Amino acid sequence: MAKHHITATVNGDPVEFLCETEDTLLDCLRDQLGLTGTKEGCATGDCGACSVTVDGRLVCSCLILGVEAKGRSIGTIEGMAQGEDLHPLQRKFLDHAALQCGVCTPGFLVAAKALLERSPNPSETEVRYWLAGNLCRCTGYDKIVRAVLDAAAEMRGA
Amino acid sequence: MRYEAPTSLDQAVALLAAEPGEARVLAGGTDLLVQMKTDLIEPALLVDIKGIPELQDIREERGGFRIGAAVTGAELKEHAKLKSVWPGVVEAANLIGSTQIQGRASMGGNLCNGSPAADSVPALIAAGAKASIVGLKGRRRDVPVEDVMLAPRKLSLAKGEIVASFLLPAKPARTSDAYLRFIPRTEMDIAVVGCGVCLTLDAKGTCTAARVSLGAVAPRPLLVADAAKALIGSKVDDAALQKLDAAARAACQPIDDKRGTKEYRIKVAGVLARRAAQIALERARKG
Repeated sequence: MAKHHITATVNGDPVEFLCETEDTLLDCLRDQLGLTGTKEGCATGDCGACSVTVDGRLVCSCLILGVEAKGRSIGTIEGMAQGEDLHPLQRKFLDHAALQCGVCTPGFLVAAKALLERSPNPSETEVRYWLAGNLCRCTGYDKIVRAVLDAAAEMRGA
Repeated sequence: MRYEAPTSLDQAVALLAAEPGEARVLAGGTDLLVQMKTDLIEPALLVDIKGIPELQDIREERGGFRIGAAVTGAELKEHAKLKSVWPGVVEAANLIGSTQIQGRASMGGNLCNGSPAADSVPALIAAGAKASIVGLKGRRRDVPVEDVMLAPRKLSLAKGEIVASFLLPAKPARTSDAYLRFIPRTEMDIAVVGCGVCLTLDAKGTCTAARVSLGAVAPRPLLVADAAKALIGSKVDDAALQKLDAAARAACQPIDDKRGTKEYRIKVAGVLARRAAQIALERARKG
């Protein structure tokens, strides 16, 4: 069967790619578009390493088919820094040493950004619940949570 | 594997009915894609129903609500009125998975996945919700949610039929609902037991109507009439709650698995029924 021809927007840029029905959005981002910042951890929606936004909604790209991305606006980790300028969340992750191996980090950053867009002044509990779908096997989460709260404060101008 | 994204129910039903091989409805895909990836199923056709307007809408109807079967947990949570009128249904749907899963997962999928432990299903049953099912030639039947699932992975749907939406009834005065589930950790697990309770009080605080539903304690979610009887006519006091506890336990036919033993599930069902009834009671007193 012929491949699907998909046009979409990724980080504000129009993109097109070909995919099979069974290819996930994660497969398409990494293998068709060369956007390898989005990671595959579990491939079953449990770990959050593949987090992206679709029309502003935080989702696991391993649980969406590439064909479902047709006409959608996708946000990935590659859209977070503006050229050389890191997003405040990215800077605070470095400041707080909120990463070790780094595989979960793009997912955490994309998820945290989606949280701060909805809730600029989240409580620690809110951050922990929002990020409960992002697993990190290195840091123990404390540094990540502190980095998110610190970035939120900076972004509010506090 | 073919992929179709029809924009009308008629087209979707026709596609599903005409496929000689295995055809699956794709809503949020949070269960379906995992089952495909682990080779549990190998459908020949996926019918993505998210482009069909009815499936994506929450609207007020007949004094209650019609909720599209593909509406996501995140959208339910953001609907302030629905949340205030049927808090138990929304809190049950919001217990499913992480923030990321909430961005995709739907109550239609939760029901049609056919798991006895689906969180939103006992809450819908307790609320008296009906599933609006559409088949060939536009035939529509509204079926109590408790009658949709028959056994694990088995539904009472004919080939081609789709659960299009859920109808939540108009809520009488001094009525409210609640859903609780037990899992061994705080977040993101599959219910060991789930319990939905909806009850109505009269002006003096006597329970005049109730519905109690249990999940994960039988091959399908149960509507437990004896548990409701334990509450009706009472002030939902300790004596009534003890009767409720006993009736809930008596209805259980659970399995032993890694999440809990039969004995444990039966005990927890009674405890959750009492606690959910107390939450529903507090809510009903307020409105």
